[in-house]
Amino acid sequence: MAWVNQDKCAIVGVGATDYYVRGKSWPRTINDMAAEAIMNACADAGISHKQIDGFSYYSTAGAGYLDKFDTASLMETLGMPHISWSATLTSGGGGCPGAIGLATAGLMNEDCTYTVTLMALQQLPQHRLGVVFGAAAPNPENSFLQPSGLVGPGHLMSVLARRHMHLYGTTQDAFGEVVMATRANTHNRPKAVRKDPLTKEQYDASVMLADPLRRLDFCLETDGAVAVITTTMDRAKDCRHKPAVVHAAAHGGQREWGRAFAWMGMPDPHFASSGHKFTADRVWAQSGLTAKDMDVALIYDHFSPMVLMQLEDYGFCEKGEGNDYVLSGKLRYDPATGKGVNGGVPVNTHGGNLNEAYIIGMTHIVEGVEQVRGTAINQVKDAEFALVSGGPASLPVSSLILRKD
Amino acid sequence: MTYGPARALPGDQIRITTNPDTEPFWQAAKEGRLTACQCGDCGHFRMPPTAICPECGSRAKQWPTLPGTATIFSYAICNKNPKNGEDYVYVPVVVDLDGAPGTRLNANVSGCDAEDVHIGMKVSVDWTPIQDGWILPNFKA
Repeated sequence: MAWVNQDKCAIVGVGATDYYVRGKSWPRTINDMAAEAIMNACADAGISHKQIDGFSYYSTAGAGYLDKFDTASLMETLGMPHISWSATLTSGGGGCPGAIGLATAGLMNEDCTYTVTLMALQQLPQHRLGVVFGAAAPNPENSFLQPSGLVGPGHLMSVLARRHMHLYGTTQDAFGEVVMATRANTHNRPKAVRKDPLTKEQYDASVMLADPLRRLDFCLETDGAVAVITTTMDRAKDCRHKPAVVHAAAHGGQREWGRAFAWMGMPDPHFASSGHKFTADRVWAQSGLTAKDMDVALIYDHFSPMVLMQLEDYGFCEKGEGNDYVLSGKLRYDPATGKGVNGGVPVNTHGGNLNEAYIIGMTHIVEGVEQVRGTAINQVKDAEFALVSGGPASLPVSSLILRKD
Repeated sequence: MTYGPARALPGDQIRITTNPDTEPFWQAAKEGRLTACQCGDCGHFRMPPTAICPECGSRAKQWPTLPGTATIFSYAICNKNPKNGEDYVYVPVVVDLDGAPGTRLNANVSGCDAEDVHIGMKVSVDWTPIQDGWILPNFKA
């Protein structure tokens, strides 16, 4: 059954800072970057930041994994006269596109009129995400994980990737193709951190950090901030750009995934998956669409194998067939035609977390908005529907379908 | 790739904490006894130990002695000591515990070369003393 809030709200503004290699944003402060992203998003929308009366966060309102956003501080220091919505999804980056569903909830409940979703990230040495699990003080729960030396997200994900290779014959060549196919989309993006084309030889020479994963299978470590403004469709008509219509949005997941790789108790086939099956089924049910209806897919890519597993969970290919799907070139964007390759749906036309920047998923939303506006740098011809996903991580994971107005 | 012998991470770098739900597991380990949290009513196993049985909702727990053997479900091969960045080959494994269906532990495996570790491999518990007098269950080939 179609979602009751289908096509009733839209993203109307996107804004970002420059993207910096980890730690290089200093002496800017994280608040300075957050403010710039919000101001840029408001300018893009054609509204004043003083019109924002809602905050819809994810990652438990985290800014990175150690700093926190606080609505009281933001609204007071940015000069917003009042707020009437302040809410967050829990857990981590898995909730990124789901935060737009949260924004819709606030708007449809008439709690707020313009709501901002925000991430800012500054990885000073003590705040480095890559070691966040291992750096955490021991607690009764992580005492069942930390002593194994699975201390970074890449270590954790490598164990899932290994199981996928064992069950389905998936190869490291497919992980490499995820990286190469999306790297091919950054050469013309001024803000991208990694712009040089990547050869298979270079990928194969990349250092093995957690076998079977190489350094290049890990996403970038980036500083910066991104904000997006969501409002109702009637207000969206008065904004500067064509609205990116919120066609479907869901967050959640099932118990078999649960705490995921902070737990490692997932039974097959969930263990070697992205944990997105339940949420994927929800957005398809909300929209009546399937993977084949998408014109572009902005797939959360903290680690290359998790792209392959999401493509399976969203039904771009069957479970266990991700290796062949990826290796047949179906992630690639063909600039000559503005379409996919070999019947595939182009993935991460912005380069993703692996190549452009890692702002915990927000850049995927920005690209989805630009694609359905028709203003993307690597524009997919006649793009009508864009899928945006967040996670894989502990629940909730989430996804969003944006539609051209 | 060739890595050579897999070693458990040094116990003197490892610290754990407990709470009343998890402490019986660690006390058993101190006695050289591998256990898992089992529901006292329906018999369902769960790990790590938690307050409530997710199957039947009971708060009753029991701690049976398991055979101490396990099967490798998945693994990674790492080559840097995470505490100091020095070269150190270790193999984090996720194992299915024999005698406690559906439960897993995350540990290190030793007693073989890292490149010889494989999914489905049978291993047995190998106790590693860690900080504060606790004992950690690792596994050996």
